Amino acid sequence: MQEQELESVVIRFAGDSGDGMQLTGTQFTNTAALFGNDLATFPDFPAEIRAPQGTLAGVSGFQIHFGATAIHTPGDQSDVLVAMNVAALKANIKNLKKGGVIIANSDGFDAKNLRLANVPEAENPLIDGSLEAYDVKTIDVTKITRSALADSGLGVKEIDRCKNMFVLGLIYWMYHRPMESSIKFIQSKFGKNEAVMNANLKVLQAGWNYGETTEMFANRYNVAPAKMEPGVYRSIMGNEAVAMGIIAASVKSKLPVFYGTYPITPASDVLHELSKHKAFGVKTFQAEDEIAGICASIGAAFGGNLAITGSSGPGIALKTEAIGLATMLELPLVIINVQRAGPSTGLPTKTEQADLLQSFYGRNGECPVLILAAQSPADCFDMAFEACKLALNHMIPVFFLSDGYIANGSEPWKFPSQDSLPDIDVTFAVHNPEQSKFLPYQRDEKLARPWAIPGTPGLEHRIGGLEKQHITGNISYDPANHEFMVKLRQEKVDQVANYIPEQNIDNGPETGDVLILGWGGTYGALKTATAKLIEEGHSVAHAHLRYLNPFPKNLGALLRNYKKVVVPELNNGQLVKIIRDKYFIDAIPFNKIQGQPFMAHEVIQQIKNILAS
Amino acid sequence: MEIKEQNQLTAKHFATDQEVRWCPGCGDYSILKQVQTVLPELGRPKEEFVFISGIGCSSRFPYYMETYGMHSIHGRATAIATGLKLTRPELSVWIVTGDGDSMSIGGNHFIHLLRRNPDVNVLLFNNQIYGLTKGQYSPTSEQGKVTKSTPYGSVDYPFNPIALCLGADATFVARTMDRDPKHQQNIIRKSYHHKGTSIVEIYQNCNVFNDGAFEIFTEKGSKKQATLMMEHGQPLVFGENSDKGIKLDGFKPVIVDLNDASVNDLWIHDETDLVKATILSRFYDDPSVDGHFPRPFGVFYENKNKTPFDELFNDQIAYAQSKNPSPSLDSLIAGKETWMVS
Repeated sequence: MQEQELESVVIRFAGDSGDGMQLTGTQFTNTAALFGNDLATFPDFPAEIRAPQGTLAGVSGFQIHFGATAIHTPGDQSDVLVAMNVAALKANIKNLKKGGVIIANSDGFDAKNLRLANVPEAENPLIDGSLEAYDVKTIDVTKITRSALADSGLGVKEIDRCKNMFVLGLIYWMYHRPMESSIKFIQSKFGKNEAVMNANLKVLQAGWNYGETTEMFANRYNVAPAKMEPGVYRSIMGNEAVAMGIIAASVKSKLPVFYGTYPITPASDVLHELSKHKAFGVKTFQAEDEIAGICASIGAAFGGNLAITGSSGPGIALKTEAIGLATMLELPLVIINVQRAGPSTGLPTKTEQADLLQSFYGRNGECPVLILAAQSPADCFDMAFEACKLALNHMIPVFFLSDGYIANGSEPWKFPSQDSLPDIDVTFAVHNPEQSKFLPYQRDEKLARPWAIPGTPGLEHRIGGLEKQHITGNISYDPANHEFMVKLRQEKVDQVANYIPEQNIDNGPETGDVLILGWGGTYGALKTATAKLIEEGHSVAHAHLRYLNPFPKNLGALLRNYKKVVVPELNNGQLVKIIRDKYFIDAIPFNKIQGQPFMAHEVIQQIKNILAS
Repeated sequence: MEIKEQNQLTAKHFATDQEVRWCPGCGDYSILKQVQTVLPELGRPKEEFVFISGIGCSSRFPYYMETYGMHSIHGRATAIATGLKLTRPELSVWIVTGDGDSMSIGGNHFIHLLRRNPDVNVLLFNNQIYGLTKGQYSPTSEQGKVTKSTPYGSVDYPFNPIALCLGADATFVARTMDRDPKHQQNIIRKSYHHKGTSIVEIYQNCNVFNDGAFEIFTEKGSKKQATLMMEHGQPLVFGENSDKGIKLDGFKPVIVDLNDASVNDLWIHDETDLVKATILSRFYDDPSVDGHFPRPFGVFYENKNKTPFDELFNDQIAYAQSKNPSPSLDSLIAGKETWMVS
C-alpha cells in the first residue's frame, strides 16, 4: 500500500438517477469541507425525476473538486469516475483523465444494462479492452451490499438502495476521510427507521472495509487541508445562500419577508429553504401561478413587507407585466431569476446565462430596473442581501440573477456574523400636518418616493400602472410629463451607481493585453483560467461584474486600459452587446451554449487564440 | 376622541378630488355611491380600507375612493389583494373587478382566491360586455351576442358567475344590481361583515355598449316578475303581487301560484345550505323564454365555518415563532456543521 500526497482531486459520482449519486456527492462534499479542503461541486442531473432506468438519459452525476489549494471550479476533468452502470460510464468517460481511476459496479454492466445503454454485448467496456488507458476497479457493489444485508430483514429494493453508501465508504477510505459526519447524517435521516439506518451504516462501513482488506487498491491518498483565510467556515449551496441573504436582510431592515412564488427548477430550493424559517416571521406563499406569485409580492410590498418573488426564465417571462407594474408603482421588490438553459422550457436542469437581455429589456415600454448577479454559491448571500438593500433604499424593483450552476453548486464559506452586516434603514412615511395633501411621488435625493403603507392615517392615496403626474402621482396623459417621467425613472436607476462599489480587477495587471470581463456563475472558471494564463506569463486580467444595471461608474475607464476586452458568457452574446453599445468598445464575445459551465482549459485556449491573433 | 371622529365620517370623506370619468349614465356611479354610503357606517377609519382593482372600466374605482388604493394590471387584483391581506390582515381589503377582469384574464386567480378564502371583499361589476376596449363580448355575454368582435354573433357559451363561485368553494356569494341602491347597500354591508372571501356580483348597466342588458330585472314594469329577492329564513316569493313562489319537489324546483298553493309549502331560503344555493345559482334562464325561473338576488350562500386563509397563514407563523421566540440569525447562517481554519 502506497500513501500519496495530492494537491487536489476531482471525483465524479455517476449512476442512474435512482442510485443516490447526488446524496453520495453531497456527503463527500460535507466531509471534505469539514476536513478543511477548499472545494467546488457540480451536480449534473436529468430533468426527469426517474428517467428510464439504465439509459443514458437517466444518468445523474455529481462532481467534486477538492484540494489543499484554492479551488474555484469543479474541475475540467475527473481523476476518479464512479460508474454505477454502463450508461454512467458511457456518459462520463470523455471527461475522465487518461490514467484515471474507474470504480465500476459490475452488476450495472450486465446484459440488461448494456442493452438499455445501447451497447452491444460484445462491446462491454469492462471486457473488451477499451478501458486499457484507465485504472479500472470492477466491484460487484450490488452483490456485496446484498450479502452484507442478508440478515437485515429488509427487502431487495430497500437493500439495493444502500449501494451508494458502499461507494461512499470506499471513497472515504481511499482519501482518508473521517466518516463521522456521514454517520451522524444517516442517524438523523433514518433515525425513525432503525433497520434502514443500520443497513446504511453497515454498508458504509463495508465500503471502507473493502478498501482496507482487499488488495485491489495499491494507493491511498491524502489531500491536506487548504490554506484558507482564518475563520469559521461552513459549506454552502447557492440557493441556500439566497434564502439566508434574504432573511439576513429581513433582520437588518426589521421588515418581515414575503416570498410569493411558484415552483420551478432550479429556483424551488429558495422556497423550500425560506419556508423552514417561519420563526423569523418569513411568509412564503406558493401561488397558483408565476403571475400570482409576483402580484402577491407586490401586494405585500404595498403593505410594507420585504417583498421577494423568485423563478427561472419561463416564470420570469410570465412575471414581465407585473415587473412593469412594480416599476410604475415604485415599490421595493426583489425578483430572483435562477437562470436555466432556454428558450421556452429549454434544458430545465442545465445552466445558462441567457436571461441578461430579458432582465434589461424584457418588458413593454421603457422599464429599467436594477440588475445584480451573484458569482458563486457563497456570493449568493451577499448579492441577495444587497438586492434587498437596494430595493428598500431606492424604492425600486431589483433583479437578482443566479443560475443553475451556482444554485446547486457548493463551496466553503467563511460566513459573516450578524453584527458585521450593515443595517438597512427603512422609514415608512407618516402624516405631516403641515402638508395639506400627501404627495406619493415626491422624491428624496435618491429619487426614491415615500413608502406610505395602508393603515397610516392621513396618507390615503392611490397608485397604479397608469402614467403618473410628477410629485402628485395623479393620472396624467400630459405628453411632456410622460417623457419627463420616463427619463426620471431611468435617472433613478442610473444614479444608483453612486451607491454601489466601483469595479475592481479580480486578478492581473491594471493595464495589459486582454481583460476577461465576466459576470455571474462563470467566476470560478474565469478566475482559474486567468491565474493559469498569468502564471504562463501572459498579460491578462480578469474583472467580474456583480452590478449590471447600473454598471459601476468606473467600468468604462477600466475597460479602456486593455488592448482587448473578451466577454465569455454561457449564452449567444448578451453582456457583450451591452458593453459595445454603452462604451463603444470592440469587445470580443466568447460563448458556450451547451447547458454546461465553462471549463478552465476552454477559456485558456480561447484567450491564447485571441492573444495570438 | 378617535371614535368620535370616525363616527363623523360621511360619504363625502370617501370621495377623492379626482374627476369621475365613467360615461354619463353608467351603472358604476351607483355602485360608487353605495360603497361611499356604506363605508362610513362601518366604524373604521378610512386609512384601514384598501381598494385594489385590475383593468377595465370598473377598475377605475379606487381613484375615486379616498382610501388606500391600487389600480393594478388586468386580472391580477385578486393576487395582489391576497398578498396584501396576508401581510396586513388587520386591513379591510376590497377587490373591484369586472366580468372580463375576473373571469377571463384573471380567471385563474379568481378561483384560487375563492378556494383559499382570505378575508377580503370582491365587488364584481358584471355588465356582460368589454367596455374599456369599446364593446367586445365578455365571458358572461349571452351566446349569439353581436359585438364588434362577433359581427355574426358569439358562439361562446357564457359563464354563470354565481355557479362558478359556488363551484370554487366561495364562502359568501351574493348578487345585487346597480339600480337598487338599498338592496346594494344591504348586500355590501353583509359582505363586509363576512369573515372570508365575499363575492358580490353586481348587475351593472353599460349604457354605451350593452344598454338594457339587465332591464328586465331592474325596471319597474318587469322587475317583480323577473326577479326573486331572497331573504334568509323567508319563503321564496316573487311576482307582480307576490303571488308566485318556489317549491322544492325533491331536488327539483317548481314555480307555484300562491292562489292555488300555500306560502307554508314554499322553499324557505337558507343561506347556509350549499345544495340549495347550488340549485338557486342555476336559476339562470333566458328571461324571454316561457316558463323561466326568476333571477335570484340577495345572498345565495354563506359559510361561516371556514377559517380565512390569512388567519391560518399567520397562525402558522405565530406558532413557529412561539416554538422559537428569538431565532438567531447567526446560528441560521452557521448551519449545522462548521469548521475552523486557524
